[in-house]
Amino acid sequence: MRILGNFDIAEEVVQDSLVTALERWPDQGIPDNPGAWLMTTARRRAIDLLRRDRRYAEKVLILERSSVVGDPVEADDRLRLIFTCCHPALPQEAQVALTLRAVAGFTTQEIAAAFLVSEPAMAQRIVRAKRKIVAANIPYRVPEGAELPARLEAVLAVLYLMFNEGYLSRGTGAGMRRDLADDALWLTRLLDRLLPSQAEVLGLLALMKLHLARSAARFDAAGEMVLLPEQDRSRWDQEAIAEGLRTLDTAALMRRPGPYQLQAAIAAVHAEAPSWETTDWEQVVTLYDALLRSANSPVVRLNRAVALSHVRGAQVALGEVNDLALALGDYHLFHATRAELLDELGEAALATEARRRALELCQNPAERALLLRKLGH
Amino acid sequence: MKYVLLFGGTMEGADQLEGAAKEQTMADYEKSGQWFEKYSKSGKIVGGHELQGPSTATTVSRRNGKVTVTDGPFIESKEVIGGYAEIEVADLDEALAMAKEWPGTVEIRPVVDHSQDQERARS
Amino acid sequence: MKYVLMFVGTQEDQDRWDRHSKEERAAAMAAAGQWFGRYMGDGKVVGGEQLQGPHTVTTVRGPSGNRVVVDGPFIESKEIIGGFAIVEVKDRDEALEMAKAWPSGPVEVWPAAER
Repeated sequence: MRILGNFDIAEEVVQDSLVTALERWPDQGIPDNPGAWLMTTARRRAIDLLRRDRRYAEKVLILERSSVVGDPVEADDRLRLIFTCCHPALPQEAQVALTLRAVAGFTTQEIAAAFLVSEPAMAQRIVRAKRKIVAANIPYRVPEGAELPARLEAVLAVLYLMFNEGYLSRGTGAGMRRDLADDALWLTRLLDRLLPSQAEVLGLLALMKLHLARSAARFDAAGEMVLLPEQDRSRWDQEAIAEGLRTLDTAALMRRPGPYQLQAAIAAVHAEAPSWETTDWEQVVTLYDALLRSANSPVVRLNRAVALSHVRGAQVALGEVNDLALALGDYHLFHATRAELLDELGEAALATEARRRALELCQNPAERALLLRKLGH
Repeated sequence: MKYVLLFGGTMEGADQLEGAAKEQTMADYEKSGQWFEKYSKSGKIVGGHELQGPSTATTVSRRNGKVTVTDGPFIESKEVIGGYAEIEVADLDEALAMAKEWPGTVEIRPVVDHSQDQERARS
Repeated sequence: MKYVLMFVGTQEDQDRWDRHSKEERAAAMAAAGQWFGRYMGDGKVVGGEQLQGPHTVTTVRGPSGNRVVVDGPFIESKEIIGGFAIVEVKDRDEALEMAKAWPSGPVEVWPAAER
């Protein structure tokens, strides 16, 4: 990016070479180092494009000269692109869209479909973000030193949001939608390769792997959503779980804990439990306590309350959940969680009321179907 | 690249505050003075002013060709601008790094480059 | 005495500006340019900038040690500052006269603090 200095051209080039890569790899096999190959191809294409424009003659020279520098430079260009797309000065929806467009090679139409907005609206979101990059002079660079942790956090937030969007909508007649969860995993792997030895990148990677390992059990034969307590654990991908645990171990060895590693650790406790009942709930509560210390959010407290109900009972957990009414009153899972706890306490009427409220607030079709089923429809 | 940093201000002056709020405001005032000094010396700040409170502002507007003068700012908001600085830096990240050291809310706006207009006008 | 003249407008003004044809924009820019030229010649305008549109704005807020960067302006309002001029005049009336001569949109006149 730095050597190109033109967002549109650079993006076009990276996408072009992605297309070339996707066309060629099935015939020629995946090269040993796809990342480097991709950028070599991208540079060749960039030279072609830039040659058409004489104003860029000078930059072409720089570009050609840089080819002798080798792979680290290419990796750096890609990394710069990620950090630019996920710059905190851009609105977060635009960060997600730009990353999908410029780094993962999505079309505007695919991004629009993935986020259930119209194509013109998504196109405008992307155009505005690109304009801001140029007008406000958002630099193409990898942040360094003290700046890096906060900027990396922004990148991870984008990748996690992308993953959740894909993961939660799996199996909901999403045949027409490209799977964001797989792309988010791919991007996180790429980030780990480009920026190695970052414990939280590995933490997010482990978290994604552990979630995806369970995905086959999340929907039954009829395509209905199945929540963790009722899942058929024999359908979990044990090999994928083992890989997720290895990734988490690698992250833990770096001794720099963070919220993604903690969430992955919680996912790991579930992944290793033979059943919902025999889950090590005390361990889960402890991990949530640690998570609350690094990121005190009402959603985390809601999740902790679910774990707490298995250690100290539904009544105590319900008290904790009720305390969150002000912060989470508009969040469907707040009401759905209350409904579950009320059921457990034999308060059927109140549970139904809470579940109806959850249904009113819920957008996701799979979750809606589940709520309707529990309401007896 | 030139940016204008707009600083959030308070509705009241520090003399109208009391206790901890006053101390905090005075400390921030001190810090903002140091900030201006540091970056003026390094040549990053090329202009700027502190503004007097919103009660001293006047608005001139025109409706249907008629000019009216009214007391107070045009922009109706809880937030007011307490001052601004014009800075000349490499890119947005450098502007953000400066803004992060300011003791309060800062809005960062790139300016429209008219330097070429002037060159054109001269030739 | 120094004053800052803020050229302000509503979101509708901004949208209208975005929809302007090249010629309309050039005419509006020329009128603003004349205003600046006239008062810079008098030595009354001593500085000023046109700011880029609201979509280019970034805000930094929060306490020291936890400063966050977000997209958009900090003043949550329908109105926008499009630019400003710093004027050196003998009194407020003179600053108001200059504001009245501004060719487009409302102008806020703020006295600069002496420090």
